[in-house]
Amino acid sequence: MSLKGIDQILKKFEYRESAIIAILQEVQEKQNYLPEKDLEYISEKLPIPLTRIYRIASFYNAFSLKPRGKHIISVCLGTACHVRGAPMVLDRLKLELGIDIGEMTEDGLFSLETVNCLGACAMGPIVVFGKEYHGQMTPARVESAIKKYKKTSKE
Amino acid sequence: MIKFTIDGIEVEAEEGQNVLQVALDNGFDIPHLCYHEALEPYGACRLCQVEITRGNRTRLTTSCNYPVQEGIKVQTKTEKVIRARKLVIELLLARSPNVPVIKELAEEYSVGTPRFSLDNDDCILCGLCERVCREVVGVEAISFLGRGSSRKVGPPLEINPQTCIACGACAYVCPTNCIKVEENENERTIVRWGRTLPMKKCKVCGRSFAPWFQLDYFGKITEGIPKDFWDKCPDCR
Repeated sequence: MSLKGIDQILKKFEYRESAIIAILQEVQEKQNYLPEKDLEYISEKLPIPLTRIYRIASFYNAFSLKPRGKHIISVCLGTACHVRGAPMVLDRLKLELGIDIGEMTEDGLFSLETVNCLGACAMGPIVVFGKEYHGQMTPARVESAIKKYKKTSKE
Repeated sequence: MIKFTIDGIEVEAEEGQNVLQVALDNGFDIPHLCYHEALEPYGACRLCQVEITRGNRTRLTTSCNYPVQEGIKVQTKTEKVIRARKLVIELLLARSPNVPVIKELAEEYSVGTPRFSLDNDDCILCGLCERVCREVVGVEAISFLGRGSSRKVGPPLEINPQTCIACGACAYVCPTNCIKVEENENERTIVRWGRTLPMKKCKVCGRSFAPWFQLDYFGKITEGIPKDFWDKCPDCR
């Protein structure tokens, strides 16, 4: 993220240390992860020690310190989704994308993650592409879903 | 003055003190790994558990962060306390089977081989290093990272903390001695954090005695000490 962009976010939160989580969320919003130099810049501007920011950023699962793809694919592995076949969907996703859990495809389009429950068990197995929820997923539907997102990101 | 009893013996304490502190001052033996008198209590190691009776309620609690109160009864060696401590020691021993201080505790409380799967971590996450760095030194070069079973203490990015002054306070307070400090003629290295800093030579005897960064920092945070104080080693001051 540009330093100007970070400045704007910091200004919006009036440089309050207590707003650090909200600040990190907004910084992450744009690029799906928190780059080292952005965190250093925030620590300098607030100003709070870098360790305090890393402590928070490494604690919450919502934050990533590793680059993630444009579309984050989250496969629900909660009990309900699990018994409805989520592991098979996950295996198919791994195969189609050629990556393991927590990795990003080489073209930077997709990252694969697992979650423990999305609170919509009736729709299971659920896979979330970015912010779109896909219920009743099957291994067969994985391919078409990926294709769709590949297409939309080309446009 | 607040009066209460520990194992039936009456003791006096001042408002704001914690039970463990008072007990140790009065010569009671309560094991503890995450407590240091210069730091805020943290209640992480759970070894200092005692039974405290207040009114008609008795409960097991950590003494390091329990504020003294008039008339409470503290018991440090009841069956319940010993049982709780033994479990804590067993868990610590499973995590760090090769740490001398934990092996000694296990022997003292006759805890054998743990039922749990053995690990070989020399850090018990007591947080003393992190607290001393923040509360006493004030540089916050290290902190807790991650969560749950992958939680650990370290600098941001887990290597070479840029704000670390290599003072070695973390190594000094570490109960398991897992933070090592190495010194050669010109440099001091805090091995666990991967931080190496050049040291200043004493103006009088010429011996390297402390990192430049550390002395600069001390010069900044202290008042009314002549500048050349930080040019001489402790022996020549």
